[in-house]
Amino acid sequence: MGAGLAVAGDPALESAREYSAEQARRFFYYMSMMREVEDRIERKLYRQGKIVGGVYVGRGQEAIPVGAGLAAAPDDMLFPSHRDMALYLIRGVHPRQIFAQYMGRIGGLTRGRDGNMHMGDLRLRIVAIISAMAASVPVAAGAALAMRYKGTRDVAFCFFGDGATSRGDWHEGLNLASVQRVPLVLICNNNQYAYSTPIEKQMACANVADRGPAYGIPAEIVDGNDVFAVHSAALRAVEHARSGLGPYLIECKTFRMTGHSAHDPADYVPKHLWKTWGERDPIDRAKYAILANQWAEPEEIAAIESGIRREVDSAIEWAENSPYPDASELLEDVYER
Amino acid sequence: MTTTYLEAIRQGLWEEMERDPDVFLLGEDIGVYGGAFKVTAGMLDRFGERRVVDTPISESAIVGAAIGASFMGLRPVVEIQFSDFISCAYDQIVNFAAKCRYRWGAGVPIVIRAPSGGGIHGGPFHSQNPEAAFVHTPGLKVIAPATAYDAKGLIKSAIRDNDPVLFFEHKALYRRIKEDLPEEEYTVPIGKAKVVREGRHLSIVTYGAMVHVALEAAQLLDGEGISIEVVDLRTLLPLDEETVLDSVKKTSKAILLHEDTITGGLGGELSARISERAFEYLDGPIVRIAAPDTPVPYSPPLEEAFLPNLTKVVEKARWLHKY
Ligand SMILES: Cc1ncc(C[n+]2csc(CCOP(=O)(O)OP(=O)(O)O)c2C)c(N)n1
Ligand SMILES: [Mg+2]
Repeated sequence: MGAGLAVAGDPALESAREYSAEQARRFFYYMSMMREVEDRIERKLYRQGKIVGGVYVGRGQEAIPVGAGLAAAPDDMLFPSHRDMALYLIRGVHPRQIFAQYMGRIGGLTRGRDGNMHMGDLRLRIVAIISAMAASVPVAAGAALAMRYKGTRDVAFCFFGDGATSRGDWHEGLNLASVQRVPLVLICNNNQYAYSTPIEKQMACANVADRGPAYGIPAEIVDGNDVFAVHSAALRAVEHARSGLGPYLIECKTFRMTGHSAHDPADYVPKHLWKTWGERDPIDRAKYAILANQWAEPEEIAAIESGIRREVDSAIEWAENSPYPDASELLEDVYER
Repeated sequence: MTTTYLEAIRQGLWEEMERDPDVFLLGEDIGVYGGAFKVTAGMLDRFGERRVVDTPISESAIVGAAIGASFMGLRPVVEIQFSDFISCAYDQIVNFAAKCRYRWGAGVPIVIRAPSGGGIHGGPFHSQNPEAAFVHTPGLKVIAPATAYDAKGLIKSAIRDNDPVLFFEHKALYRRIKEDLPEEEYTVPIGKAKVVREGRHLSIVTYGAMVHVALEAAQLLDGEGISIEVVDLRTLLPLDEETVLDSVKKTSKAILLHEDTITGGLGGELSARISERAFEYLDGPIVRIAAPDTPVPYSPPLEEAFLPNLTKVVEKARWLHKY
């Protein structure tokens, strides 16, 4: 286990109580897979020049897409933000497709037309973001409106960062969703920075959750580095939304354990924060809870980890062998064929 | 001393901040971080938080606040982190800022700087050239400099101008283009194009990063005996029609080149003006070279096929020369 091992008395132990070994191991698997895939992207492929576009990773925030993503039913719609890679893994996107996407190959979800986390697949019920922060919020509200319209029991999950909540689209989307009481689960990763801008320059209220009641939306704050807590909160939110009570907002307090993007050294982050938040690493904490509950032996954990590394090795190999799109494809698919 | 395009903009901003205490900056990550591209690096230290304002991610509020501050006598300079996000402030720019003077006589002396353009593998949302939408908006001025000299001179003129000015900086030029700038202070007038290379056989009218592609093409074709004149528009609105028409009347052939997509791009407007006012001088069809009508793709082979480049310009220029 890493230096960031959570200590006995970690609240994650408490929040894990209702969980089974199988669930905990799933959480651990998806968080570890996301970490491994993103580490390779940011620290290897990007630095080797094999990824030429922007790279934004969710290191330290894996509990949020994993906890929330696994609380969604398969037909629920997901609207990820740019640090939520695990949502794709949970929906069955293979790591090799993700590597190919980042490398601009045809094996990626967009066949090279877009890069990084700008990918989606309606068959998997996962919608691609655009870059403009919070633009997905009204769109997710509309998806939720359609769910109610069609009388399904599905829910839309919309993910965004703290900075995104400064955009008008965010506020308009919440308000519309709330007056229409549509089944929308709003998940904020408050990692306390938006690029270089610290949260206190982003908003004058203490919490993103404080904004929910202004729109008549119940909100709660959770430890975003505790996957069990995130999952439990997401289940409460889903229950609320599915039963016709309207949107529900969850603010996950966390920290971005990297620069804004791969080219950002993040010198503006006070050094002590890396240490404090490093000690709250969500994967280490889940691992600790698993061992403390004897849900797995250390060797089994190690086997999961080495399995992930092997899977990722072969995924990268596959992606590197995936061809670049041919220039002749440039004009295709601007409209329906 | 050689100065990059980026540094030239920084110098222009800096000098205007020194000159006029009412000039101040607003934008995302421009203070502590010095801007996503470091155009405002060091300005927070020099001018303080009152004049270098780090804002929330709120493009509409940033531009709206700039408009409001301008009514109170300040001269705000806004940075939109990538021009792709300028759409988030569209209403404030197009409906508020652009229409005040005409409706009720209130000038809106703001500058909106927006890094734009492709060739940096930025994909569909970090590569766009949104100038045409604003050129289509009476009441705005739109600038797109191609050189360090013009970038500095024009940002200074933009700040001194009493109408809303959009200043599109091409990201691919930031660190690639350099030149020696004069020691003494200078400005470059808004609304004046420039013949950056004289020629006899055909004119390439262009702006922004494509000026350099046109110059390269001209250089190369010079060896084949084709003499190309290159007109750098520098300001897109108001258009310097006279300089364009003079050049086309002289060479009798015109290529209109831009990185923006072709349909509804500036080339169409220029073409119309040339055929309206210089038709009888033309010895060949007016040729447009621009990006095709697709989003800007991410993958290198697609982006390369998308962007106008030397090969495409040279080919068309040869064809038009022979015509
Ligand atoms: C409308 C808009 N303005 C600016 C940007 C540039 N930008 C990309 S990510 C980012 C910070 C986002 O912060 P936050 O919402 O907290 O998400 P985080 O990156 O911290 O996960 C900014 C300013 C953008 N993508 N969209
Ligand atoms: Mg953030």
